[in-house]
Amino acid sequence: MRVALFITCVNDTLFPGTGKATVTLLRRLGVDVAFPRAQTCCGQMHVNTGYREEGVRLARHFAEVFGGYDAVVVPSGSCGAMVREQYPRLAPAATGEVVPKVYELSEFLIDVLGVTDVGAYFPHRVTYHPTCHSLRGLHLGDRPLRLLRNVRGLELVPLPGAEECCGFGGTFAVKNPAISAAMCADKVGNVMATGAEVLCAADNSCLMHIGGTLTRQKTGVKIMHLAEILAATEAAEVTATIERSAP
Amino acid sequence: MSRTFLGMPGRALERGFPANAAVAVRDSQLRFNLRKATRTIRGKRAAVVAELPDWEGLRQAGKAIKDHTLRNLDRYLEQLEAAVTAAGGHVHWARDADEANRIVADLVRATGETEVVKVKSMATQEIGLNEALAAEGVTAYETDLAELIVQLGDDWPSHILVPAIHRNRAEIREIFQERMGEWGRPAPEHLTDDPRALAEAARLHLRERFLSTKVAISGANFMIAETGTLVVLESEGNGRMCLTLPRTLISVVGIEKILPTWRDLEVFLQLLPRSSTGERMNPYTSTWTGATEGQEFHLVLLDNGRTGVLADEVGRQALRCIRCSACLNVCPVYERAGGHAYGSVYPGPIGAILTPQLRGMGSELDRSLPYASSLCGACYEVCPVAIDIPEVLVDLRAKARHPRAERLGMAAAGWIFNRPERLALAQRAGGRLRRFVPKRLPGPMSAWTDTRDLPDIPRESFRDWWDRTGGRTGTERQDGGAR
Ligand code: SF4
Repeated sequence: MRVALFITCVNDTLFPGTGKATVTLLRRLGVDVAFPRAQTCCGQMHVNTGYREEGVRLARHFAEVFGGYDAVVVPSGSCGAMVREQYPRLAPAATGEVVPKVYELSEFLIDVLGVTDVGAYFPHRVTYHPTCHSLRGLHLGDRPLRLLRNVRGLELVPLPGAEECCGFGGTFAVKNPAISAAMCADKVGNVMATGAEVLCAADNSCLMHIGGTLTRQKTGVKIMHLAEILAATEAAEVTATIERSAP
Repeated sequence: MSRTFLGMPGRALERGFPANAAVAVRDSQLRFNLRKATRTIRGKRAAVVAELPDWEGLRQAGKAIKDHTLRNLDRYLEQLEAAVTAAGGHVHWARDADEANRIVADLVRATGETEVVKVKSMATQEIGLNEALAAEGVTAYETDLAELIVQLGDDWPSHILVPAIHRNRAEIREIFQERMGEWGRPAPEHLTDDPRALAEAARLHLRERFLSTKVAISGANFMIAETGTLVVLESEGNGRMCLTLPRTLISVVGIEKILPTWRDLEVFLQLLPRSSTGERMNPYTSTWTGATEGQEFHLVLLDNGRTGVLADEVGRQALRCIRCSACLNVCPVYERAGGHAYGSVYPGPIGAILTPQLRGMGSELDRSLPYASSLCGACYEVCPVAIDIPEVLVDLRAKARHPRAERLGMAAAGWIFNRPERLALAQRAGGRLRRFVPKRLPGPMSAWTDTRDLPDIPRESFRDWWDRTGGRTGTERQDGGAR
């Protein structure tokens, strides 16, 4: 099986650690993942802000880059949902073949590889935010939770009001800042109520928004992408923690 | 075409949604009232929907019936007109709000009456009927409890089902005490804010009205084409009073409210109460066909922008709406912004897709409505007729005029994303300038840094790391993880 990583522009540029963790994890599970250099962005920001033509161009580009692979793994719920929900409307002919081969990370692990225990070790108190596009777009259900429950040492605490939007919504966060911030404040309140050390999600854009508020409020709660927790082992955990707490 | 009127005063239209919402979100009383009320209804809805094993099937049936009807709307409307006429009713066609208001005013004037009682109706609010009648010297009295609160308080509705959702008991008591006397029977002395006492005050105030008024005005939840029957679902029984006691009944109904047959109604009598009030069945369902002896019945069929919406392939699904307000009750934006911020009688997610379609996107407010959503999808999930509200929002965004600065930014981003080399160069530039990014950004981007920190820009992008290492992750440092 030829497997490609679609890193997404946000992860590529701002959260390379998530990409490295995804590669580490997949290689540990015996998947030789490729990184097609020509990839850029799924087009979500353009389409959801009202710039459809640019989105169509990027959808076609995506199909060209990933057309030759058997599976494409995306460590992002919202970019995955963009491909699956919107590409068939934007460029049905060009993307028809590639769309069914695109998997969000937890889907790939559970549905394709058939593993729920990825051999990870992460001895911390973690709460999980399901993010709207993972939940209502991709219908990931409890896949991420099943993966987290199998991580050794990890204490998973339920997040109150988990299914509510954090208020990111792409350009919504800057177009409607007052409402976005109010939504985030409630999400942060719920995160704090769990007493978790780490807030985990399958989407770094939502985490960037919630995390930006968590650090602004000096809460000490860290944000981590699902891939980073699943990649952690006894050996790798130390480095990750040291890096994370570096100024 | 003149701008479609949607029953809201000018002041709410002057600013965009973000500015309206920014004011509302600071009103802690409003936030508290809305949060409490929407969460209560949300919970009730979820419980009664979970009871039905075939909910998804019902939902798809509701969607299919509405789509079929909308595709054949011309045929069903003519069938309805013939059936209503055969049953002794009169049918009038109104292109827009002005025409509908004129028809109703003329009909009321012909009766010689100067007072009418009203059944809760979105269509008459949409056309601003009460104000139009007042200009003709006719007073319209709202009889739905929540509408009464809004009317007495000189206020605007902020929710489809519970127009006074932004008010709490104490506020309602105050409104009753201060204003009821001006409109009719005053509130009893020493009125408390006990819900039962408030309901009793309203009952006494309204009962006089029902017995003395000769003309009633209603809308309808459904119109059944095969028999010409109109259907109203309600909780209080006040609607039934209006529908049965007066001599003349005038119903103003949007053309999309039609259903072909009684069999179709069965589906909606399950979908609507569970979605709107969270009840298995609503307390009162009134149906009437044409005119009963000694009474007169007029049906005013209202377009007011609907045929324009029908012409839009993506947007037309909004016409399936049965005004249950489930989408409002789950919307995190509505919960914090309140209904008035939407500047239309249709607030919340359905308002965000319906108002700009009916009214066009000429004003700043109407242009901003398609953006009044984080696209979280909670509305689509609960909608009993499966309106893909996020899909319509995104489609409307593509049709909206965009601000210049944003256009330039998006064009620049598009240029970079079109070539991987350009993206790599931009990332390297960002990595090099990372130290100079200020904690607080200037201009429109300050909207981000006012409440949130920016993520640290990593020294090296993922793609550069991949080039350098071939994607080998052994013992090398996991870089760029600190946030
Ligand atoms: S859009 Fe759907 S959920 Fe919202 S009011 Fe209409 S029918 Fe109800």
